[in-house]
Parts: sequence; structure tokens; C-alpha cells
Amino acid sequence: MFLARIRVSLKPTVNDPQGKTIAQALGRLGFDTIDSLRAGKYFEVRIDEYDRAAAEKKVQAMCTQLLANPVIERFDFDLDPVS
Amino acid sequence: MKFGIVVFPGTWSERDTQYAVQDVLGQPARLIWHKETDISDCDAIVLPGGFSYGDYLRCGAIARFSPIMESVREFAGRGGPVIGICNGFQVLCEAGLLPGALVRNEHLEFRCEWVNLRIERADTIFTNTAAKGQLLRVPISHGEGNWQSDSETVRRVEDNGQVLLRYADASGNVSEATNPNGSTNGIAGIINERGNVLGLMPHPEKACETLIGGADGNVLFESMMRSATAAIRS
Repeated sequence: MFLARIRVSLKPTVNDPQGKTIAQALGRLGFDTIDSLRAGKYFEVRIDEYDRAAAEKKVQAMCTQLLANPVIERFDFDLDPVS
Repeated sequence: MKFGIVVFPGTWSERDTQYAVQDVLGQPARLIWHKETDISDCDAIVLPGGFSYGDYLRCGAIARFSPIMESVREFAGRGGPVIGICNGFQVLCEAGLLPGALVRNEHLEFRCEWVNLRIERADTIFTNTAAKGQLLRVPISHGEGNWQSDSETVRRVEDNGQVLLRYADASGNVSEATNPNGSTNGIAGIINERGNVLGLMPHPEKACETLIGGADGNVLFESMMRSATAAIRS
């Protein structure tokens, strides 16, 4: 069994109004050293595979087919064996 | 022209769309549940507005995998006219039937208001009853209508003349001030390269009678009807 921790975020070239607004709110709270902030999504997926390469291939496919929209988003993930 | 109007769980504008094409424009129309796959009786397909699958993950991302979408893809591939309104536009982009993607409005607000749309081309099946530069007054109602893509795709869409509608002021000028959501180049609606698939954020079906504030939205459906009639004659 593997646990995939998948992070999806907007590409650097795509404007992130949500991230900007959150950064402004943090600024108002006194966090005045924030240089930039990008909002994203996080998924934890447990996968019933016992071969790392097979699990990795599946996660890659999940990300490109559904979890991320390649037009505007990028993704990365960690894959760890779990019991 | 028989309109097929697709209903996903969470779609909410299907009845208004049916009213516009059936009751106002006198065309047969039927609602198509998203699990159906046979749309051979339809001459045109509408993906109406709403919040399919609760907008989970991304707007339109889950609806794209509904069984009906394979039929819509085939229908579009054969040159059949398809129009995606609001959430329908988002679904078409997610499905890859139209370029780009629709992201959160620049100002993060949900906008529900009347806008002016400038028609950029009158030689398409969606605008052939209008004139280039003509303005349509139609409402928008969305939180994610900000059309974005990589600069290469934006250039291609502009160069190919795929931009059909832009947000404008009452004189037809397009500027940052007339842009309700931050959409690239004030884009409100685009067509595919072949010209038979249109996606737009504004709701033409909600501008179908003067009683409700205006009937400009009928232009798009009437143009589709006219091109269908022309196709039968030729």
C-alpha cells in the first residue's frame, strides 16, 4: 500500500487572485514580511499497489487526467509505503 | 431545429434554456440526463449553466466524465453545433473541446449583472443574424468566469478569430473597466477552430424576452436555427 501526497497549484504564469487576497489579509494581521503567496490544493490518496513504479504511474495519470488541469495548474507528489 | 439540453447533477439553467428555445423561439427541445448517451435525435446540443457536481475540484471537472460527454464529443467531432453557457463553457474547456480554462474572478466576487457583449464576428453559425460590432445586452452570473490560458494559446485563439464575444461598454469599447471578471483580453465567449462549438460565460437564455429585461440573447439561438435551415436547403 502506498500513500500519495499530491499538491496542485496554479502555474506561476497564471494569476492567483485567491492567493493575493490571502496574502493581503495576512498583511493586515501584521505579517508584513510576506513576499508572495500562492494558494493550492492538497490530496492524500491511499493506493492498493505494492510496486512503487506502478503506484507512481497511477498517481501521475490521476493528476494529469483529473486532479490537475494542465492548462492552468501544475502538480507534484510524494509517495510513501504505508501499512 | 431540435435542441438537446444536457442536465448534470447541479445544473440549474436547463428550464430557462428550454423556455428560451421552445416557448420563445418555437423550436422542439428536450432535456437530456447526463447518463444518457443517445442524442441522435438532436440537431444542436446546449450545455446550460449551473454548478455541476457542486463545482467540486474545479468547475466542470467532474461533469466532463459523465457518459453524455462522450456523445457530445462525437457530435461536435461530426460538426454538430454545441453551445456551452456559463458552467457549460467550463465543462467544454475541461473536456478539451475549447481551449483555455475558467478560473476564479480576479476580484473574487460572484458577479450577477447585465453586461454588454460585443460581437467580434458575424460569419459564424452562432452570430449570422447579427452584425460585427453589434452589442448584445445579456446578464452574467458567475464566480469563475475569468478565461485564462498560456500566451501561445491566447495568441492562437486571437489570430484564428476564435474570440466571438467580448465584454464592452455601451459604446462598444473594450477596456479593463468593462471587464467584469479579469478575463484575458475581455473575452466573454470563444469558438473552436472549426467554428461549431461555442462557450460563453453570459446567459443568453436569461435575455430571451423584453419582459425580463431584454431579448438580445435570442440572437445566438436564432443564428443557429438559420444556419441549420441554410444547411438543409444547400
